[in-house]
Amino acid sequence: MSGPANETEPVMSGSVNENVEKGTNTVNRLSAESVTLAYDQRVIAEQLSVEIPDNSFTVIVGPNACGKSTLLRALSRMLKPSEGRVLLDGQVIQSMPAKKVARTLGLLPQSSIAPDGITVADLVGRGRYPHQGLLRQWSHDDERIVRESMESTGVAELAERYVDELSGGQRQRVWIAMALAQQTPLLLLDEPTTYLDIQHQIDVLDLCAELHEEQGRTLVAVLHDLNHAARYATHLIALRDGSVVAEGAPGDIVTAGLVEEVFGLRCQVIDDPETGTPLVVPAARKARTKVAAEAS
Amino acid sequence: MKSNLVRSAPGSSRVARFVRAPGGLSLRLEVRALVVVVALLLTVLTASVVLIGTGDFPIPVGDVLKTLLGDGNAGQEFIVNELRLPRVLVGLLVGASLGLGGALFQSISRNPLGSPDVLGLSQGSTAGALVMIVLFSGSAAQVTAGALVGGLVTGLAIYLLAWKQGVHGYRLVLVGIGVSAVVTAVNGYLITKADLVDATRAVVWMTGSLNGRDWDQVWPLLWLCAILVPVVLANARGLRMTEMGDDVSYALGVRVERVRLVLMLAAVLLTAAATAAAGPVGFVALTAPQLARRLTRSPGPNLVPSMCMGATLLIVADWASQRLFGADQLPVGVVTGVLGGVYLLWLLVTERKAGRI
Repeated sequence: MSGPANETEPVMSGSVNENVEKGTNTVNRLSAESVTLAYDQRVIAEQLSVEIPDNSFTVIVGPNACGKSTLLRALSRMLKPSEGRVLLDGQVIQSMPAKKVARTLGLLPQSSIAPDGITVADLVGRGRYPHQGLLRQWSHDDERIVRESMESTGVAELAERYVDELSGGQRQRVWIAMALAQQTPLLLLDEPTTYLDIQHQIDVLDLCAELHEEQGRTLVAVLHDLNHAARYATHLIALRDGSVVAEGAPGDIVTAGLVEEVFGLRCQVIDDPETGTPLVVPAARKARTKVAAEAS
Repeated sequence: MKSNLVRSAPGSSRVARFVRAPGGLSLRLEVRALVVVVALLLTVLTASVVLIGTGDFPIPVGDVLKTLLGDGNAGQEFIVNELRLPRVLVGLLVGASLGLGGALFQSISRNPLGSPDVLGLSQGSTAGALVMIVLFSGSAAQVTAGALVGGLVTGLAIYLLAWKQGVHGYRLVLVGIGVSAVVTAVNGYLITKADLVDATRAVVWMTGSLNGRDWDQVWPLLWLCAILVPVVLANARGLRMTEMGDDVSYALGVRVERVRLVLMLAAVLLTAAATAAAGPVGFVALTAPQLARRLTRSPGPNLVPSMCMGATLLIVADWASQRLFGADQLPVGVVTGVLGGVYLLWLLVTERKAGRI
């Protein structure tokens, strides 16, 4: 077994000098430093800097097209920043060997295809790819970890079923199990609750919280639902138009003012009766239209 | 060495077996896929021996085996070693190359229709050969070279036209169909320009045939396969991952674009070389991977089973055409075309019933 925590290699020359001014910033394993993110010519974010606190459950929220998925893609090296850089364990992520990154940082993307006729156990087993080689295709460790990943996501009894036959909620759990089998200390999830009904949304989020609390993994998720984000995140990053409006613990930063600034929605923020975390209650339609009329 | 069995998928007999040796070496084998490969190899070897004995001058199976082992009489030795063995070897190699090339393309495009026949690679090879036949009245070797160059250029054109920050399935298929249409038009034009002799020669070439193939066609194909097959198999695990989508495979540490470029290049080379050797033998590249996949019931590109299936299809089709229509009467491409066409229709109908198209 490799100890990912002490695999950090000496930082290459050139970046050493730049580290001096950043001081404590290098403590966290994953960060983006003043990155400019663009698809072809369309710039999504400029000079964006984000730190992912170690051992946090970080949730990125923001309105549609604010760049939250783009940021996640950059953090997981799917998208190369046109300027700036993403650092993983002090190294520029693009310069690291692909399999080494895949042993440190896992990603559950939105678009994934289950090959025809694949079983759950097979699919989860594919998460072991970065740990395998041409001559080491399936070790005892692989088998144990696949079993554990299926158990901790509650899909162990589905192991021999075909993925095509499963419900949306079950399928999402299987994909999460695959990402778990990758055994990465960092796990990034791009809208893991999309297309699921409320029960399965909570189910998946509970699972994430469990992975964070019990297995000590650092999780980064993009979520649409602000209330889910406020309830589950330990660290919240609010994005708007490609820049960070606020970040911190949900209890500290989620206010009516922030929601209005980020989403343009008038609301009340009350304490969640279940958990005490902030709960966003949108203002009634009449109240909102009256304000709009007064403003004009 | 110890091994253990892990059952999966109840109701199917697919059993994955893991062979482990001390020192961390472990291999993953699927028993069903292994059985399919062995069965196909036995079939194709038997069919090859029978095919060598088939013709205007029939030779009993026992004599064929004796001659192959260097123990036959002079007449049989000439017929077997100089005439029929190279022809069968070309058939085996062409079938295997087309099967493997087809499996690679179908896996890369994630679409059964993404095979070289549909993408226009065969048509590209045909264009190269027709240019040589019609415009230059070239020799057999020149026609072969023309077909090779035509296939490679077409493959390159498809890759470049479909490339936009990576090659994606649907774009590859659509661009390929477009290229195929253009090249087919060019081929039609070339044939109408040709005089009668050249046109006849062109049409014979275009049907795909093993007639008159000898050792000169065997060696280049054999070398190419000896180099490319290991390269392909070394990248097979990466290819298996890319079937789950670019994002997933990238997250797993697969260098997606590099794997795809290497494998596409290999597939283009295999297809172009096979087409140059035997003409555009229809539908083997399309059907072999699909048939192999249905036999192994295994997800993934099924590269080795497809290769064996391609060789089996071609040899059996050649034998069938000789038995039904007499030696060297019906080119093998006609038989594979008919079989493949029927199979394609069946595939489309079942896909439609399953609601996928």
